[in-house]
Amino acid sequence: MKPPSEPEATPAAPAPVNPLAGLDQSVSDFSYDVKYDYDAGTGLTPATIDYISSVKKEAAWIREFRHHALKVFESKPLPTHWATKDLETLDFSKIRYYLSQGAQKPKRTWEEVPDDIKRTFERLGVPEHERKFLAGVDAQFDSESAYSSIKEVVAKQGVIFMNSTEALREHPDLFRKWFGKVIPTSDNKFSALNSAVFSGGSFIYVPPGVKVAHPLQAYFRINAENFGQFERTLIIVDEGAELTYMEGCTAPKFSTSTLHSAVVELVAMKDAKIQYITVQNWAPNVYNLVTKRGLAHENAEIKWIDCNIGSHLTMKYPGVVLKGRKARGEVVSIALANDGQHQDTGAKMIHLADETTSTIISKSISVGQGRSTYRGVVRIPKHLKGCKNNTECDALLINTNSRTDTYPAITVQGQTHAAQHEASVSKVSEEMIFYMQQRGLTEAQAMSLAVNGFVNDLVRQFPMEYSVELKRLIDLEMEGSVG
Amino acid sequence: MSAIEIKDLHVAIGDKPIVKGLSLTIKQGEVHAIMGPNGTGKSTFSKAIAGHPDYTITQGDVLIDGQSILALEPDERARAGIFLAFQYPCEIPGVSIANFIRAAMQARLKDGEELDATGYYKQLYAQMDSLKIDRKFTSRAVNDGFSGGEKKRCEILQMAMLKPRFAFMDETDSGLDIDALRIVSEGIEHMRGPDLGILLITHYQRLLNHIVPDFVHVMYDGRIVKSGDKSLALELEAKGYDWVKTELAAS
Repeated sequence: MKPPSEPEATPAAPAPVNPLAGLDQSVSDFSYDVKYDYDAGTGLTPATIDYISSVKKEAAWIREFRHHALKVFESKPLPTHWATKDLETLDFSKIRYYLSQGAQKPKRTWEEVPDDIKRTFERLGVPEHERKFLAGVDAQFDSESAYSSIKEVVAKQGVIFMNSTEALREHPDLFRKWFGKVIPTSDNKFSALNSAVFSGGSFIYVPPGVKVAHPLQAYFRINAENFGQFERTLIIVDEGAELTYMEGCTAPKFSTSTLHSAVVELVAMKDAKIQYITVQNWAPNVYNLVTKRGLAHENAEIKWIDCNIGSHLTMKYPGVVLKGRKARGEVVSIALANDGQHQDTGAKMIHLADETTSTIISKSISVGQGRSTYRGVVRIPKHLKGCKNNTECDALLINTNSRTDTYPAITVQGQTHAAQHEASVSKVSEEMIFYMQQRGLTEAQAMSLAVNGFVNDLVRQFPMEYSVELKRLIDLEMEGSVG
Repeated sequence: MSAIEIKDLHVAIGDKPIVKGLSLTIKQGEVHAIMGPNGTGKSTFSKAIAGHPDYTITQGDVLIDGQSILALEPDERARAGIFLAFQYPCEIPGVSIANFIRAAMQARLKDGEELDATGYYKQLYAQMDSLKIDRKFTSRAVNDGFSGGEKKRCEILQMAMLKPRFAFMDETDSGLDIDALRIVSEGIEHMRGPDLGILLITHYQRLLNHIVPDFVHVMYDGRIVKSGDKSLALELEAKGYDWVKTELAAS
């Protein structure tokens, strides 16, 4: 038994990082003092909503929308009956719901980004590849985008890519048409919370027939203690158009809980394709309670690729509502739960039209006392014809005290459908580790390799730079998990 | 020239003693063969030397160039030059052969050093060609869905790439057809040289037709009971293991 070592103070030291004290601390565990021009204070009251709406100079309808959402939020109980009692430790009165540096207009060029924010990005190791690679970076520093550049070529194609605050002002009709339609305020307690206090997040509209060649990307980050981040993303891809969107997250480590509660709505019109990729790497005290859903019209395709590492509790079940004939939905997810972490993730596939197809592939890894849960809903009603679902969930347990649970709820009615469900739980065997050690790999390297092997077929679906990052994150998580 | 010295080795699995005082010295450049009936501790002894956690060394020592290796972790022993060709190689789903061997070679470099990828693949392909392994194998997961013969060839490939000083080959001939046996034997014979000490663990003489050992030992009931040259293997083949037992009983 090797005790986990403390992380080195000097960043130059190549000493092993202790994953249990916070993932990738050497990079992520820091926070600059930032002076906020706007601060709604702690707690959530109608006054908080008015403050946010005033700062953002919002239209009356959206202010009303927020107030209504607050009432819904207050009326809904925490979903502790099916989820986890752990949610009760969230103290909503101690959270800051809105902070802003006042830079309402997102920065267009890198030069315009304040130096301290640049330092943050550099320490995170964000930019280089992402900066140059991306069509538009919309990095969320606290509530408002501090940096956002839309590559000209994307704009030339008629693609709108901006933060949601901006979109509400500049494209109110387009925004309002779809906003809250895929995920209504009352969907769940946290979608209601987001609807009340949302700030930032992306808005994307892709006109008919436009295939966006480069993935659009956002980099989110929480940077204020006790500060919940409530970004709201709305993506509409019009007929025959295609889009890939990527989001990645890291957060500094704080001693008190941080709440992240996003809402992401996707709309794929007839024949459209959307691929939404997430790699999340939260600090171990973050509550990550996210609602993500897409609406797929006729022959449209929506694919969620979702990787959850870190956080104290993640509850996230990306879904696709298959509304049009021959629509396709897919969720590919990887979750890694380390000590003190609970990854409660899964997928929802709601079939509402004939010949719709859905696929769910979920792989989870539980390390130490980490707990991973797969929770899925697949619904194919009786009146439909020729629908298909394939669900596959595999869990890997690293230590004897690791835990995994699977709750697949598959309801298929009618005779013409095909549904398939496979689940497996495996352990990394001692023989496998010995075999690899015999070839010269340390126990931790062997474990990393085994885990990377377990998720390899899914990792390959991530874009190159993400799969590299993912492998690195897994390596860091596995260090200290053995011995 | 290095040597691995096994001194009065006793190994137990749980409370059960399996190896009961085995002594043997293998120098680089030598090929030894250990023969013996099932259950005499041949595999146990090789796994114990490699550091398998289920095997407890209760007495004796194993030294490389006079230094005991018993306090070393299995991976440290591997990097010190010990290679174990497994009788039943383990499957590693999702990890390609190319990546696995590369990781093993990278683990032998100093911190900060990077394996040269181009050189690595060149070397890998050359070794695969000589072992008649299809290059498509590089992207297949280690031992995953391999036939018995493919697994053994994959072991030899790893050995050729990792260049150990001492190789313990646990029934590498088992489960091989005539052609595979020839290819595997040629592979081992090809590696034979002044830098490599080999211990072949086998039931049968047939492997020794392909790889002629310098020394042959007979193991019985956890110990080496008889040593000689290649003629001993032939004698065993002719007379059977009962001959050894009878001789032992008589003495």
